[in-house]
Amino acid sequence: MHELSIAASIVEAVTETAAAYPGARVKEVRLRLGALSSVIADSLQFCWQIATEDSPLAGSVLVIHQLPVIVHCEKCGVDSQLGGVQSLRCPRCGEIAADLRQGRELEIESIEIDEPGPEDAAIGASSPAEERI
Amino acid sequence: MTTRIVELRRGILKKNDELAAGLRNRFTASGVIVLNLVSSPGTGKTAFLERTLRELRVRGANAAALVGDLETDNDARRLAASGAPVRQINTHGICHLDAEMITKNLDAWQDIALAGLNYLFIENVGNLVCPSSYDLGERIRVALLSVTEGEDKPLKYPGLFNSADAAVITKIDIAGPCGFDRDLALRNINEIRPGIRVFETSAKTGAGMEEWLTFLAEQARPA
Repeated sequence: MHELSIAASIVEAVTETAAAYPGARVKEVRLRLGALSSVIADSLQFCWQIATEDSPLAGSVLVIHQLPVIVHCEKCGVDSQLGGVQSLRCPRCGEIAADLRQGRELEIESIEIDEPGPEDAAIGASSPAEERI
Repeated sequence: MTTRIVELRRGILKKNDELAAGLRNRFTASGVIVLNLVSSPGTGKTAFLERTLRELRVRGANAAALVGDLETDNDARRLAASGAPVRQINTHGICHLDAEMITKNLDAWQDIALAGLNYLFIENVGNLVCPSSYDLGERIRVALLSVTEGEDKPLKYPGLFNSADAAVITKIDIAGPCGFDRDLALRNINEIRPGIRVFETSAKTGAGMEEWLTFLAEQARPA
């Protein structure tokens, strides 16, 4: 339900970062989303186009890496990935494992941008002349 | 054109988290204990808080409340009857409170001095999903669950229950007629948030309130 707010926060953060690369176009935004983050990947995808419209991110693709819960078991001394989020128990010994090592992530990992290269600058410089002809 | 990957590795809600960290510093410096109450609509957050504010007043503690709702100031008016200072936050459609709303409302709240308070309760918008992502600078996040909601609520909303520091079961005076399976509810809470403190309460009869108030008093003691 709050995915539109989340999408707006991503657009804000990425716009700030992209401002350091003048003329660049954001192609892809990559997220890390934990299974306990309370954010639904499908809903976030659904909101993406609306949130990016009229922003420097318009037309960009949202790539979501969904991360399962990983707990650390005191008894076994081992980190294990859980198949679901219904029970924080060690899959090896069945004991309660409250020590969460992964699963609450709500992060922007990276963005992929297209930057204008030197050849683009050359084209840019010659175009006004072409227009005059 | 050159394609470049720019690493960000930052929280999506970094702005909120930074504001929340600022609030937390402010609360700690003022010595006020801040609790964020989260539950579904209709769990009885307001009734539970009304009773808590009344009882704290009797014990000579100074408490105030910020209460979030989409619309109306009904809850603030109910809570103000306890004598505690109360401020309503209307989110106008937004399904959760965030650290910016708390900051703005604290700044605009003329008649409140954090330093004079023992407790500040933030009653979040009734919602078991979205509030779990937003840190409000609270010291204790309290997830509430009523006996009418079904024992599997923690399993259905693991994100929120996992982020809680304490859980409160409300309306236990009607647990019998509701066929509430207490053991199952406690087991489910423990599966999602192992070892969490659970309080079984009734704002109507006062059952369990003593234990809850003792817990609040324990938080006030210097560690």
